[in-house]
Amino acid sequence: MRILLLVLLALPLAGAVVLPWLKDAAATAVAVLVALTGLVMSLVLAVDVGTSSRPHAVTDASWIASLGVHFHVGLDGVSSPLMVLTTLLTFLCCVYTVRVLPAPGRAGQMLALVQLLQAGVLTTFAAADLVLFFVAFEVVLIPMYFLISVWGGGPAAGHAATKFVLYTLLGSALMLIGLLLLGIRAGTSDMTVLTQRHGAGLDSASQLLAFIAIALGLAIKSPLWPLHSWLPDAHTEAPTVGSVLLAGVLLKMGTYGLIRIAVPDLPTAAHDLAPTLAILATVAVVYGALCCLAQTDLKRLIAYSSVGHMGFVLLGIATLTSAGIDAALFGNIAHGLITGLLFFLVGGLKDRHHTGNIAAIGSGLFLRLPRYGALLMFAAVASLGLPGLAGFWGEVLALLAAYHPAAGLPVALFRVLMAAGFLGTLLTAGYFLLLLSRLAFGPVRPHTEPHDDVQAVEWLAWAPLVAGTLALGLYPRMLLAVTHPATLLLVAR
Amino acid sequence: MIQSIDYHAVGPVLILAATALWLLLAGRRTALPIALIGTAAALGWSLSLLGSRHETFCLPPAKLPRVVGGGQVGRSCSFVIDNRALLFQVVILVSLAVVLLQRREPGAPPGEWHLLLLCSATGMLTIAAARDLLTLVVALEVLSLPSYALAGLRRGDRRSSEAALKFFLVSVVSSAVTLLGMALLYGLTGSLQLDRIAGQLGRGEIRGPATAAAVVLTLIGFLFKVSAVPFHAWAPDTYEGAPLTITCWLAVASKVAGFAGLLTLLTDGLAPYANVWGPVLAVLAALTMTVGNIVALAQRGVVRLLAWSSIAQAGYVLAALAATRDQSAARSAALAYIAIYAVTSLAVFAAVGLLARGGPLTLDGLRGRRRGAAAVMLTFAALNLAGAPPGLAGLFAKLVVVRVLVNGGLGWLAVFVAVNTALGLAVYLRLVAPLFAAVPDRPSGARHPGLGAPPGRPILPALAAAVPTLGAVAIGVYPTLVLHLTDLAGR
Repeated sequence: MRILLLVLLALPLAGAVVLPWLKDAAATAVAVLVALTGLVMSLVLAVDVGTSSRPHAVTDASWIASLGVHFHVGLDGVSSPLMVLTTLLTFLCCVYTVRVLPAPGRAGQMLALVQLLQAGVLTTFAAADLVLFFVAFEVVLIPMYFLISVWGGGPAAGHAATKFVLYTLLGSALMLIGLLLLGIRAGTSDMTVLTQRHGAGLDSASQLLAFIAIALGLAIKSPLWPLHSWLPDAHTEAPTVGSVLLAGVLLKMGTYGLIRIAVPDLPTAAHDLAPTLAILATVAVVYGALCCLAQTDLKRLIAYSSVGHMGFVLLGIATLTSAGIDAALFGNIAHGLITGLLFFLVGGLKDRHHTGNIAAIGSGLFLRLPRYGALLMFAAVASLGLPGLAGFWGEVLALLAAYHPAAGLPVALFRVLMAAGFLGTLLTAGYFLLLLSRLAFGPVRPHTEPHDDVQAVEWLAWAPLVAGTLALGLYPRMLLAVTHPATLLLVAR
Repeated sequence: MIQSIDYHAVGPVLILAATALWLLLAGRRTALPIALIGTAAALGWSLSLLGSRHETFCLPPAKLPRVVGGGQVGRSCSFVIDNRALLFQVVILVSLAVVLLQRREPGAPPGEWHLLLLCSATGMLTIAAARDLLTLVVALEVLSLPSYALAGLRRGDRRSSEAALKFFLVSVVSSAVTLLGMALLYGLTGSLQLDRIAGQLGRGEIRGPATAAAVVLTLIGFLFKVSAVPFHAWAPDTYEGAPLTITCWLAVASKVAGFAGLLTLLTDGLAPYANVWGPVLAVLAALTMTVGNIVALAQRGVVRLLAWSSIAQAGYVLAALAATRDQSAARSAALAYIAIYAVTSLAVFAAVGLLARGGPLTLDGLRGRRRGAAAVMLTFAALNLAGAPPGLAGLFAKLVVVRVLVNGGLGWLAVFVAVNTALGLAVYLRLVAPLFAAVPDRPSGARHPGLGAPPGRPILPALAAAVPTLGAVAIGVYPTLVLHLTDLAGR
């Protein structure tokens, strides 16, 4: 299994080196193949990790001796579902590219960036060393910058890409200060050791400083209100594949870092700042929903809905309980599947109509493109948290966890936030239903050009997300059983 | 008194000096091979000394005069080859080799061109090993004088003459200020030897404003050389006016040599006054990074952008040096940053040299020129300078600096570095983004400024870009390559 994980991390890099030299068709085929191999390998690894709580497939080799940095990777119940989500979405993006290649073409280069991105994300999830985590965290920046600025195509693509890359780089540079502070004060950068110690030997002042620096960087990535302003721009301008990966995978790195490093390694500071984090998270839920109500652009709307959904995830983390972190991880995966699907769908609509404006696309999708309308409806109700679909559990579990926050946290506050979060779910339902009424229902406007309904490649790319959303919704234990043993260790006293 | 000279120590300097003399007699075709052979020989010699320590030009133990407190002092040497000196020499010689491979200014006679470069490098090798005030000053002048001439080599171009003149005047003034500081130091401590000065400063009897002033004044000449803000004003004009290859030489080798002198002064002579120069350097570092990056953001010319960003880069080194709580760790971090900066900067300038084909190169002139290895190398090297993956070498350079700042209790400066990393990325993206942008429609046949037929042999300049790029790749994958050396050298 060790070798398998190393191959899984190295394969996308190899792909990224080879792909730019290939012609479009060959590049797409190779990319699909590489991504499929990655998906299969990550599934094998996830099955191997199963429901055990200790790290699997561990490799630990000295890398930078003078800084005490190791190339230390491994997988456990927290990281293996995210690993599968990453490889799945990358695979689906590669499949989708078979049909839709955004201007200016050059499939090889675009898919090489996608592979590089995947390598960074996978290494982030597998890293068990603070510095390796940081390096991997940084790897995704430049590929995403080029995906947005070159393949985004819109007039503001360059600006949005720059905003994204500067915002997140500033965040990760601050995070580096926190990580180094943590590593220096604790005397080790080994994340497994740090988790076992639960902050023992770290004075509360340096914990607080390190937590603020780390959490700032991760909050920008997540993104947490009020640090989210790069997200709507980046999503609006990114090509479909870029949006899917940004929402489905990149945002998870932020919440993953909080779960993996900030909360277990700096428990005192986490305890002190949890109420603040929870308040901001709840504001994000309500704010995201309100913003969605005001949007006229489809992609922007989904982007703001991401802000809301990530708010639930952060609220779950802020409870500092095992149940809350389980909810956060569940919300992460559910958001990855559902919002990934939503971005695919709105990207497809935008490609067909050459506009993302809701009014311009017009109503009557059910009549014009019945299958497309059905998929959009499915994704929308999944996203608004219909019971029986994956989105429901992430939100409900987070709200339930907020009812019983960790010992010592202000219970009254968390219950108020729970109520506010519940209001947020109502607003979410409101804007998604509004969206459906403006887009899916109603009559077809006269003089609407005919468009293709869902194509075979699109079915192939989207069906796994539908299936995953249904499966997790109907049988949430499938994921909770994997994450729970590992999250117990993260918050154990 | 008969001096015995350790020829092991002075070998590389002598080789370069002898090669420079030989170049006076060389013909058009043989000049470059001779210069390269000399550089390679000096480099081999320096590398063979790694790990050893050689001292020469030593003063015997002596009794100090009563005026400066009396007492006995030990043997003191003016020219010391240790790991730090060797690291600097290796970096300088590698830079020299890469610069020699780059395009020679068409109008410049080959003998003169190579002679001046080698003379300048001789001064740089000396400054790395100098351990007394006089040797430092002489070496500084030896490296500077040929640089003025090199900066003015673009004949018939007024900006080149202006560049050389500005460079000359500012350098002379800064040298004068440094000499004033050194004179004060000599007067206060009674010695030119850095280790003896350190001993005197450490005794604490001469602590006072005059000594503090002497310390700061002495540093100024070197701060000019590394173009730290507010001593940076000469750099953008000089960089822009000079031939591109010479700009590379000034931005890399000359700056590295400036840091060699600065480090020697701070480490060997002024270490007891760390409480004075530490905070000064911290403030200068914050200023240098921020001003350099912000002004770079507003530039339209490629060389001016690189000039301002290379000013900013010096700030990170100064930041590392300002972490005086653990001076040895601070030195190691600064050395690591310098070495990685040199490698990646060489790659950037060499790649720009491949893209620039006569005439001033603007950011717009880079539009759509993504094809070919030069664009890839420029992108990779620029991202290294920015410290963003795939530029891992640059990322590690920033990492060691932030680490030493966090460890040294300079959290505020670490935040400055973090903010400037983001600003720096914005700067380098301005350089890189046009390469991959769509080509604007322009009338067919219209020549874009900066585009044209590549003159001369393209193989050597391509090699000049490829070698440092591959070096940066290697350092990025396995940073221990550099960090192990700089760890030894910083002790």
